[in-house]
Amino acid sequence: MSTPTELSDSAAPGSRAGRNTPGGRTKPKGVKRLSKRDKVVLGFMVGIPTLVQLAFVWIPTVLSVLLSFTRWNGLALSDIRAAGLANYSYVFNDSPAFWPAVQHNILWLVFLAVIATPLGLLLAVLLDQQIRGSKIYQSIFFVPVMLSLALVGIIWQLFYQKDNGLLNFLLGTAGTPAAVDWFGNSSVNIWAALVAATWRHAGYVMILYLAGLKGVDASLKEAASLDGANATQTFFRIVFPAMAPINIVIVVITIIESLRAFDVVWVINKGTNGLELISALVISYLIGEGQSIGIGSAFAVILLVISLVPITIYLSRTFRKEKF
Amino acid sequence: MSASTATRRPGHAKDGGPAAPRLGHGRSRPHYGTHIFLTVMAIMWMVPLGWALFTALRPKADTDKYGYFSLGGAFNFDNFVTAWNQGGFPRYFANSLIITIPTIILVLLFSSMMAFAVSRVSWKFNITLLIMFTAGNLLPPQVLATPLFEMFKLIPLPYWFSDSGSLLNTYLSVIIANTAFQIGFCTFVLSNYMKALSADLTEAALVDGAGIWRQYISIIMPLCRPAIAALATLELIFIYNDYFWPLLFIQSGDRLPVTTAINNLQGTFLSNYNLLAAGATITVIPTLIVYLVLQRHFVAGLTLGSSKG
Repeated sequence: MSTPTELSDSAAPGSRAGRNTPGGRTKPKGVKRLSKRDKVVLGFMVGIPTLVQLAFVWIPTVLSVLLSFTRWNGLALSDIRAAGLANYSYVFNDSPAFWPAVQHNILWLVFLAVIATPLGLLLAVLLDQQIRGSKIYQSIFFVPVMLSLALVGIIWQLFYQKDNGLLNFLLGTAGTPAAVDWFGNSSVNIWAALVAATWRHAGYVMILYLAGLKGVDASLKEAASLDGANATQTFFRIVFPAMAPINIVIVVITIIESLRAFDVVWVINKGTNGLELISALVISYLIGEGQSIGIGSAFAVILLVISLVPITIYLSRTFRKEKF
Repeated sequence: MSASTATRRPGHAKDGGPAAPRLGHGRSRPHYGTHIFLTVMAIMWMVPLGWALFTALRPKADTDKYGYFSLGGAFNFDNFVTAWNQGGFPRYFANSLIITIPTIILVLLFSSMMAFAVSRVSWKFNITLLIMFTAGNLLPPQVLATPLFEMFKLIPLPYWFSDSGSLLNTYLSVIIANTAFQIGFCTFVLSNYMKALSADLTEAALVDGAGIWRQYISIIMPLCRPAIAALATLELIFIYNDYFWPLLFIQSGDRLPVTTAINNLQGTFLSNYNLLAAGATITVIPTLIVYLVLQRHFVAGLTLGSSKG
């Protein structure tokens, strides 16, 4: 298993491998030295993936921005009308679902950041000690990561169900008027969904941190304990900062996961009735009754603008060193 | 559940903490606090899946008689058989395969070519291209959903190929969207992997007259086998678990992959929670098999990239 080194090499080009390369690695061959035939081959090797990437990722992204300034029912191309900022004005001022969705997205992010991610870190730290049965614990916490979020929604539905679900039985409310419909009740369902999302996210964070912790130099910890640092001090002053590259990855994953959150709420009630999220609004306007492509696109652009913040931070940290 | 997790955490961080400096020779220390905490967490972690399995194994008649939260009555696999037959699982699993296999092949082919070009040949747009690919994978898919949907709807196709007359409602639309979305991630991982390989390898081949394609196919790709295996496993799980693209593009229910179809089953089995539980369990089984057989590759893949959202 060479995961720890692979992790620091690939996940964080700024780490060991990245620092060694400028001097150590021989420069790759320049394009100019290639034969004509090789240039054609290379052209295809770069051209085909780039075309796929442009045509199905970046051009749609640009089109999303353009469509957000139009009024369109999604039928014929000739029906597209310019709308100026009308869609945005509707979204910010009149859309009943927008501000709840923003609140839910923020709540999603805060919950993952404050509960799920630290829980994953805690599990990783505990499992990193060489305790008996560590592998078994790891496997158990990791199983939900293998499941799709849609399935997570359905499995938790069985747990949360009003009359037949386990939770209400354990609370002793099943079958009584006091029974809570955890996924149906708009004042609690976001929390129920967040617990389900945590079930998966914490295991994911755990596995990444386990790899990160293995990569931390043991002599650092020895030195700290010789200097009289206790476990908490060693962890927060030495081990945690030493995992800086993985911490960035975790922060980005947590933010992006919470912006992408969609499957769970869509499975529950199509992102309505207390489970509005920006991502779900985009899709409601696309496939809902009376398609309104412009408004849906305005939601998509808002999602895009927010996403660009973590993406930019991640990319600039990852690629900064390679530019020189 | 969230409340108990939240309150338990701070206390046990302290309990587990003092053992940390003894790392390495800590095997002899019992770590009681840690074990109690981990055992409680592990049990809580297994509850949702355990409940699904428990419900699935019991006939509905028995749960009606004794209640869902009870031990009375028979335990058998009848619900699995019924769910399998009524739910149309053979069709959905076939659909999942039809979508997953070509996607993995295309993603690995395209991303390895791209990674080779940006990591083994020096060219001034290398970093720009790599950033474009990496960023593309980090976008929320909902950002490009609407234009992709409209593009696929407006691309005319002959009716012998697609009964919708367009790319919508075809396996191909899901394959294209997944491929385009995953190339970026694999390119990023593979290019880092290839960069770490010595340049002498291809220099030597160049002296022997090997062209670009030869260097890629016969030298670099065989050396990337561990990374390719890890990525293939990871993509297998990602594509199998993908719910979003088929939901958007495929309208005929019988063409859906199993992960998306399970949502329809929720409607079909609404009155019978035992059947729904069996259906959910059936859907989990392939991922659990992958987990048991290819766990090492899967975890390696996850940590290899770590940029995956």
